[in-house]
Amino acid sequence: MTAMQPIAQLLGGLPLAQEGSTFWMPSEASTGARAVDLAFYFVLWVSVFFFILIVGLMLLFVIRYRRRPGRLTAEHAPRHNLALELTWTIIPVILTAAMFAIGFRTYLDEVTPPANAYEIKVHAQKWKWSFEYPNGYIDSDLHVPLNEPVLLVMDSVDVIHSFYVPDFRVKKDIVPGRFSRLWFQATQLGEHRVFCSQYCGTGHSDMLSKVVVQQPGDFAKWLQTAAAQYASMSPAQAGADLYQRLGCVQCHSTDGSPGLGPTYKDMYGRQVKLADGSAVVADENYVRESILDPQAQVVAGFQPVMPTFKGRMTDQQIGWIIEYLKTLSSGQQAAPPAAPPASPSAGQSASPPSNPPANPQTGTGR
Amino acid sequence: MSDTPIDVRNADGQAAGRAAPDNYLTHARGFRSWAFTLDHKRIGVMYLVSLLFFFFLGGMLAMLIRAELVEPGMQIVSKSRYNELFTLHGAIMIFLVVIPGIPVALGNFVLPLMLGARDVAFPKLNLASYYLYVAGALFMLAAIAFGGVDTGWTFYTPYSTTTNTNVVPVVFGVFILGFSSIFTGLNFIVTIHKLRPPGMNWFRMPLFLWSLYATAIIQVLATPVLGITLLLLIVERAFHIGIFDSALGGDPVLFQHFFWFYSHPAVYIMILPAMGVISEVIPTFSRKHIFGYGAIAASSIAIAVLSFLVWGHHMFVSGQSDLGNMIFSAFTFAVAIPSAVKVFNWLATMYKGSIALQTPMLYALSFLFLFGIGGMTGLFLATLSTDVHLHDTYFVVAHFHYVIMGGTMIAFFAGLHYWWPKMTGRMYSERLGALSAWLVFIGFNLTFFPQFVMGAHGMPRRYADYPAQFEPYHLLSSIGAFLMAAAFFLMAGYLLHALRRGRPAPPNPWGSATLEWQCASPPPYDNFAVTPQAGDPYDLERLRYDAARGWYDPDEDAKSAGGAGGAA
Repeated sequence: MTAMQPIAQLLGGLPLAQEGSTFWMPSEASTGARAVDLAFYFVLWVSVFFFILIVGLMLLFVIRYRRRPGRLTAEHAPRHNLALELTWTIIPVILTAAMFAIGFRTYLDEVTPPANAYEIKVHAQKWKWSFEYPNGYIDSDLHVPLNEPVLLVMDSVDVIHSFYVPDFRVKKDIVPGRFSRLWFQATQLGEHRVFCSQYCGTGHSDMLSKVVVQQPGDFAKWLQTAAAQYASMSPAQAGADLYQRLGCVQCHSTDGSPGLGPTYKDMYGRQVKLADGSAVVADENYVRESILDPQAQVVAGFQPVMPTFKGRMTDQQIGWIIEYLKTLSSGQQAAPPAAPPASPSAGQSASPPSNPPANPQTGTGR
Repeated sequence: MSDTPIDVRNADGQAAGRAAPDNYLTHARGFRSWAFTLDHKRIGVMYLVSLLFFFFLGGMLAMLIRAELVEPGMQIVSKSRYNELFTLHGAIMIFLVVIPGIPVALGNFVLPLMLGARDVAFPKLNLASYYLYVAGALFMLAAIAFGGVDTGWTFYTPYSTTTNTNVVPVVFGVFILGFSSIFTGLNFIVTIHKLRPPGMNWFRMPLFLWSLYATAIIQVLATPVLGITLLLLIVERAFHIGIFDSALGGDPVLFQHFFWFYSHPAVYIMILPAMGVISEVIPTFSRKHIFGYGAIAASSIAIAVLSFLVWGHHMFVSGQSDLGNMIFSAFTFAVAIPSAVKVFNWLATMYKGSIALQTPMLYALSFLFLFGIGGMTGLFLATLSTDVHLHDTYFVVAHFHYVIMGGTMIAFFAGLHYWWPKMTGRMYSERLGALSAWLVFIGFNLTFFPQFVMGAHGMPRRYADYPAQFEPYHLLSSIGAFLMAAAFFLMAGYLLHALRRGRPAPPNPWGSATLEWQCASPPPYDNFAVTPQAGDPYDLERLRYDAARGWYDPDEDAKSAGGAGGAA
């Protein structure tokens, strides 16, 4: 197969993919990949054999038995032949039975995780991935240790997504309302693409991420530092980090450029026009409500497509986002009444960031 | 292609080849004579025109898709517009072109003629089917006009119950189209049971009729499930009754089961009639009796039965149980066997034949090549472990285009060129026909073969944008698509030209033995003056070319019995 790689590269002049990839397949970066590829090549070569046989015979017959002077009628040939017909029925039966057996065996290995697998939770939503590690830290990339089985327990808050890593040959739909499981054991250091492969709407093709495979020691060190990083950050810095990490960046720009959602530039503290014609000041409570109950007050000109982050973000994290938004608003004119949280609108309270288990239900009141 | 000494172009074609002025096209004139016609031939022609219009529309949507995918990033349309494009391309091509396809356009025209009958069993129901088709199509067009729909043609929940695009009109349109399909199926079943002529027992039926019969069984049994499913979807969207949406207490995977319980058999609704066309074209142009008639007929029925047992292979990564996956994988391999048997039988039919490479035969050979690839790549998707990798990638896109476009549509064009002289009474240009067949073939492979490779490398389907790694494949694919479009415009050109300027067609230009070639081209209003006596539909050896009159006649010396006592 590798012999065909130069041909494939000729087609576009671009390197085909990462190293280790062949004409047909991307690099084999997990323990399961080899078995899948062997099954693939078995089916491929059987198919190639039969395809050449069929097309070869077809061309041979067309050339040899082409209608021409002296060949205006067919030669006499039998109209059926039981032995022949049984042969070309039974041989495909045997071959497809073999394909079935190989496919099923490798599939069982693929879906049965070892008992000691390292568990990471995966949250999918339009149109981002977040990966939650055992210590509670959440990242938008999936870091995993090399040569250790990893089990992903995945859920979705909105529609069906599908977690797909071509280099690992693994894929699993994530159906809302249930947990989906997938496991792999990475064998190649470095980065591997993650795609969402089940159509999920406007940003489907942006729902990308990567698996970062590290030496087990490096992985542990990375996780520890990553989880501790917020301790050394200001709230606004932490907010900026979450903005990237939680995927707000997919739809909300920070430089005024248009996106699926309103830009964050100069948003905080300003009056915003809502889809129903009314206006509201984008203060702490408005931001909080927009994160937890995005459809309650949609800004005019935008579709009500934002997913909720209810249960996904702590109040402390929402507070960080608010601090980050403040840094993006130059000279807040109509500064909202920032100090007293005793807001006039009933039921809503901007809980202080140090008070995580506040009631996540925001009374929208309207 | 053209150096064959008995090419029908040699004929003067004037004398008796020119049908009597009274044929089904000239029998009555005016809009009402078409709009209220009960003539199966006219209904077939109306279907054909509608179908080709939607094929053009769906094709243009495909051109926009391929233009957008020439390079990474968004150049022509926005991402949400792109999603509407592929949804409408899929919905129009599947529900308005390929599923009705061969049965309604070619089948309606040919089926009663092949039976030596005057019409289908229920002519009024036939016209009702056509108007249901039009009504369903209007709903879908309305959805485009009023802002589009972006769910993909599969309408997977909960995306389809939560998106704010026009899901309901499209789904309702498909619901109506389902009734059109059921009525056509019923009509064909009854027609084949009740209207066979003397001498035609079940095993003397042309194989095209066997395939239409098997298709009709699937249409009647599977389509109601789609109808119910789509109604439930509308109910959930409109009244928030939880059936499929987990937020309302439903199960999204249940929708997939219901949907594929229809839509996988629907794949065989698409491909079986195509196989029927090929089973007519290959013997005719090989001038040889079909090989293994019984096996081909039986495999049509086997496919119809097995097609109901494989829907779960669309859901190997959906979270369906491993046991379910195992069973569906096994059945899926089983359904591959009858298709393989047919291919071997067609090859054996060509063996020692006298093969003429006229346009219908070029399309039939093209079918063998493309359907061969389409069928075999299905094996990768039936194999559980490789399907996990290939599912929802361009590999699947390439696979089903090789089957649906390379199989069904190529066979449709084989049939269209084969029966065109009968339908219109005119011959088209063989040279341009051959040229466009070659261009379609080359363009098709250039479009879809690279998609296998990029799919195996992980390129997911339904992506508006893609990583630069996949650019060369997408570029090749788009070039192929534009080439194919040019070839179809060429085809439209010479066929339209043939309508006005084509040489008048003789009753039996290719030398076929089925009954439709015994009446004039185009057929008279009531088809046959006397019900013809049916013989062996593949007894082609007894036909002799009559150079003086420019068509094929039964050779009375070679065989006096059997009997073609028809009208021609």
